[in-house]
Amino acid sequence: MSEADQVIDGGPAVTVTAKAQQLTTRVSTKPRTLMSDAWRRFRKHRLAMIGAAILVFFSLAVFIGPIFYVPYLVRQLETSGMPVPSQNPDLEVLIDHLDFLNILSPPTLTHPFGTDDLGRDLLARSLYGGRISLMVGFMAMVIAISIGAVVGALAGFFGKTIDQILMRITDLFLSLPGVPLTILTVYLFREPVIQAIGSPEAGIFLIVVAVVGGLAWMQTARIVRASFLSLKEKEFVEAATALGVGRRSIMFKHILPNAIGPIIVAATLEVGNAIIAESTLSFLGVGFPPDTPTWGRLVTDGSQYLQTSPWLALFPGALIFLTVLSINFLGDGLRDALDPRSRL
Amino acid sequence: MTQYIIRRVLIAIPTLFVISFVIFAILSLAPGDPLAQFALNPSIPESVRERIRTSLGLDQPWPVRYVRWLGAMAQGDWGISFNTKAPVIDLIWQRLPQTLQVVGVAYLIAVLLAIPIGIISAVKQYSLFDNVATFLSFVGFSVPSFFTGLVLILVFAVNLGWFPIVYRSTIEVTNLETFGQQVRQMVLPISVLVVQQTAALTRFMRTSMLDNLSLDYVRTARAKGLNDRTVVLRHVLTNSLIPVVTLVALGIPTIFAGAIVTENLFRVNGLGALLITSINNSDTPVVMALTFILRSSPCSLTLLPTFSTVCSIRGCATAKTGLQKRLVVASVGGSTANAGDHLPFSTLAFARTILSK
Repeated sequence: MSEADQVIDGGPAVTVTAKAQQLTTRVSTKPRTLMSDAWRRFRKHRLAMIGAAILVFFSLAVFIGPIFYVPYLVRQLETSGMPVPSQNPDLEVLIDHLDFLNILSPPTLTHPFGTDDLGRDLLARSLYGGRISLMVGFMAMVIAISIGAVVGALAGFFGKTIDQILMRITDLFLSLPGVPLTILTVYLFREPVIQAIGSPEAGIFLIVVAVVGGLAWMQTARIVRASFLSLKEKEFVEAATALGVGRRSIMFKHILPNAIGPIIVAATLEVGNAIIAESTLSFLGVGFPPDTPTWGRLVTDGSQYLQTSPWLALFPGALIFLTVLSINFLGDGLRDALDPRSRL
Repeated sequence: MTQYIIRRVLIAIPTLFVISFVIFAILSLAPGDPLAQFALNPSIPESVRERIRTSLGLDQPWPVRYVRWLGAMAQGDWGISFNTKAPVIDLIWQRLPQTLQVVGVAYLIAVLLAIPIGIISAVKQYSLFDNVATFLSFVGFSVPSFFTGLVLILVFAVNLGWFPIVYRSTIEVTNLETFGQQVRQMVLPISVLVVQQTAALTRFMRTSMLDNLSLDYVRTARAKGLNDRTVVLRHVLTNSLIPVVTLVALGIPTIFAGAIVTENLFRVNGLGALLITSINNSDTPVVMALTFILRSSPCSLTLLPTFSTVCSIRGCATAKTGLQKRLVVASVGGSTANAGDHLPFSTLAFARTILSK
């Protein structure tokens, strides 16, 4: 305050107006929206930007990368005179392509990540495993966030008895021993689910996603409830009620979008937690079947050869670590960016 | 306040009932058979198998078994392991020392590291130290413990050969040499756990300090002319420690649960390893006992967090009573004990969302 006064008092009036003009012309005419503000804040968070870039790269590599990598690997195998699986191999064939002349090969041009104890290409297996790991993380997050949002919305919106009941259930779920219970349920109910679904991979996917997601919705429920409790007293809700808008519309069209920031943050962090949970399950041997190369399973298998071929465990382990780290930074950046109070 | 404590403890009891019931039900309804080990053994005829089943009480329907288990538990009888036929309490006593040595020491080190790091990080916010500490703590809770373990094994056990890979619980400390062996084999598993727990606790400590540093009483203290040291260590730290002490206290039960992954990786035969083998063998009594310890210890420890709540309510940090209360509720329900290698992760995630800075 005092500095500004000094400038106005001391400096000639002309420079002040010139400065003022300079300032006004620099202001952009584009209106600032919530999302553009969020994006501006997000860009400033350097680690979050790096995290987002890594995540985008991994997702592209895992879901689109095989289109380029599969022909490359086949060509490499052909030129080095190794047996090539079939005429039109895809990723699922290549991950099980044995090559006993090249077991435990260190990273080479043909096999950028090396090969395992049966001569299978580790990069192909990591790409395939990445699909599963990312899908597990994403689906578990969808389950957790959906349950959490609905429970929290109902509890916060209706209050009273419904709130009491739902929050007691939430507390109960919070007090269940998470990791042992996950191991227990996945281990015990694996067989019947596999039999009901018909395919081991789909069955395990279903149960892992259901259990990991089903035990992770409580934080979201609490966050959403808290937002609903404060938002439902706001004038715009009153206005909507006065206009005769139905309760469901008020809940999901008027209040929920205003509570979306914390939900997105919780969702992001949940993906990371679910990926760690899945890889831990695989590591303990209660996750996907042994022939399905998820990242956690690859680390477990690779750890047998830690002394001779450490890359077998290090590559997939580093993939898990980098993915989760990026997700956590992304979540941190989103939290700062989506918080309307932090106007930068 | 006494009333508050009593009310909390009273809430805890039904919670324990429900949890034990849920776990018992899951164990009983699942298709696993505790006698599966005999099923393929031709030297044990069907009639003997039935008799074993009856002797273990497995011929009864599971609600009956649950009530019996509850009755025995109330009298302090923890039951007999299906698998080893030894009393469960003996098994737990056998495994407890290893778990305490590794998980307990790791927890202690983590707390001792996290508090000073958190203080410096908060006081010098956005400094180089803070940025490095923040980055490392993100690394710490993003890295799965099995990966930290494998990297440490690769570097320090395989390549450098400083520490053994496998934890031997047969070492008896009698002289300096065996003491050295014992310490050496504890280093790697403890480091794995410290990395994770320090990361989470540091973040929490930092946030708690930052919350207090911006409050009016700090400005008042500075305005009075107190030096920085007194302001930070006397005024801010004492208030910031309240939620941290609560969180640390809430984490204590996880020590008794052992660390499943780390114990598995280093072959530490502690309680976490026992839990995994018992789950694999459908050994209901052991699983029940272990999860019960995990659940009941937060209840017995309720007093400590509650005490800190009392302090905080009486103290000036009224802004955080909401969080305090929720932490206490969580402690009674025991949201904390995850029995993973993580600290009470749900509590932390929750705390992170609430206290994020």
